[in-house]
Amino acid sequence: MADEPKVPPEGGASETPAKPAPAAGSPASASPQPAAAPPAKPAVPAKPAAPPAPKAPVKPDPWTSPLLDTLQKKFPGAVIEAVIFRNLPSVRVAKESLVPICEFLKSSEGGEYKLLTDHTAVDYPKREKRFDVIYHLYSFQRNDRLRVKVVLGENEKVPSVTGIWPTANWFEREVFDMFGIQYEGHPDLKRILMPDGWTGHPLRKDYDILRQDDNWVQSNLGIKSGQ
Amino acid sequence: MPEATFLDAGELVINMGPQHPATHGVLRVKLRLDGEKVLGSECVIGYLHRGVEKIAENRNYVQFAPYVDRMDYVAAVTNGMGYVETVEKLLGVELPPRAQYTRMILAELQRIASHLLWLGTHALDIGAMTPVFYTFREREEILKIFENYCGARLTTHAFRIGGLQYDLYDTFEKEVTKFCDYFLPKVDEYETLLTKNRIWLKRTKNVGVISADDAIAYGVTGPVLRGSGVKWDIRKAQPYEAYDKVEFDVPIGQNGDTYDRYLVRMEEMRQSVRIVRQCVDRIEPGPIMGKVGKVIKPPVGEVYHSIESPKGELGYFVVSDGSTHPYRVRVRPPSFVNLQALDIMIRGHLVADVVAIIGTLDIVLGEVDR
Repeated sequence: MADEPKVPPEGGASETPAKPAPAAGSPASASPQPAAAPPAKPAVPAKPAAPPAPKAPVKPDPWTSPLLDTLQKKFPGAVIEAVIFRNLPSVRVAKESLVPICEFLKSSEGGEYKLLTDHTAVDYPKREKRFDVIYHLYSFQRNDRLRVKVVLGENEKVPSVTGIWPTANWFEREVFDMFGIQYEGHPDLKRILMPDGWTGHPLRKDYDILRQDDNWVQSNLGIKSGQ
Repeated sequence: MPEATFLDAGELVINMGPQHPATHGVLRVKLRLDGEKVLGSECVIGYLHRGVEKIAENRNYVQFAPYVDRMDYVAAVTNGMGYVETVEKLLGVELPPRAQYTRMILAELQRIASHLLWLGTHALDIGAMTPVFYTFREREEILKIFENYCGARLTTHAFRIGGLQYDLYDTFEKEVTKFCDYFLPKVDEYETLLTKNRIWLKRTKNVGVISADDAIAYGVTGPVLRGSGVKWDIRKAQPYEAYDKVEFDVPIGQNGDTYDRYLVRMEEMRQSVRIVRQCVDRIEPGPIMGKVGKVIKPPVGEVYHSIESPKGELGYFVVSDGSTHPYRVRVRPPSFVNLQALDIMIRGHLVADVVAIIGTLDIVLGEVDR
């Protein structure tokens, strides 16, 4: 089950990325999809999959905004990367300055990002620093969303933002539960969705569901396997 | 005879749930009490955790779509809509108007159905037996429309990435209009049962008050936030589908108590009918699918998209690594976040009010636990 996702279901179909052969004809004729379809019929079924992909690779653009300038002025060197993708700006900041930057963003000077909409993490086990810790903020005044991101290594701790947005409490507990990320200054950091005695953190990419599950059901439910 | 002892008058901790009829599912609340007064509480959740976000990583974009219906199972249409819209945003797909209006009609009908379920059970929790029969009667009509449209009543999986799978059936518009005509007077009927009912007023006025500032600090959204007087509705603030083309009002409350939230939801049902009527008028024959490939393979990137679900802001955060499977799907469930505010809302109230306040938050545990 764990290695299932790595095998693309349509084998050959999905192994044709944007650049190789099928793309050669299509970018010039981006619109006439029917024109691209007929030759595909006698050929390998790999080609119908190509038309949606052949456009130039979509990439986040660099984000420019007065708010970003203020941030860079106020916290020199803290903003590592600022991009915008699908209309949502994303700012990667240094871990040390996360709390001051969040405090600033919540203040009226920083755009009044009063609502912490969402907080979560993403695991990239192959990276040197494996976690992306992500905050989605919303400002009623600007009617605007902003993503703040911190990159975190395996055994690093991230400062808690519960002091700024009380709603972070459960979000951070959930991220701790699912990813095992430790928060500094969280009032009550414990599991929230998984049972207290659970081992491991399910949303890590290297999580082995079978083994963890068996341990738990054997000791708690008295049955051999949960599968 | 045992020797006479005085009962300890200190704090008492009692458990409410997880198998409590008024918690609408498997919610456990540990209440710290002084007599009958609530001093504090702690929610224990996770009984219904199914690992939806983990499942998403092991399915492709299309395969995962039916799973989202199982989170907020009383508002499956809006859940599905949030997910497909997020993937569409990632793909950069434009929808044809017919698909947009169909989605809006079904989503607003779902909002009515969800509010009806809330109204019936909330009133039942507080002790008004009658409304639940009426609200389920009307909800049934909506479920019939869903069933006619896509074959399912609850977990509908009504939409597909890029549009709709099914075009509308012939009598759809007629049935929807008929429902609207039939339903609008019924809202007044519910109001005659409750709005000026003295018992209802006693049980809901000044119960579970949350100020606008607290609501924002705790991330509360949806009718609960609007009940506290914050005029914020994602359909207005950041319109999706064609919500910027229809007219509707965003009702707000003043005191942020259970009664105001009740009034807000009642008015929202009327506004939903208004939206549905406009959509029915504007819907025209045309394509129902935008331009998407047979294999959904979004570009590398991260998107966050949220919609106004009946319960609040329902957000999806999808990370794509360029393959057919999402690298990560995060669901921002309104119920989970709103439930966190329960603690500050019940402090100082009586145990009986806890039931009223859980009801007024309108949580669905399937969505809290995912």
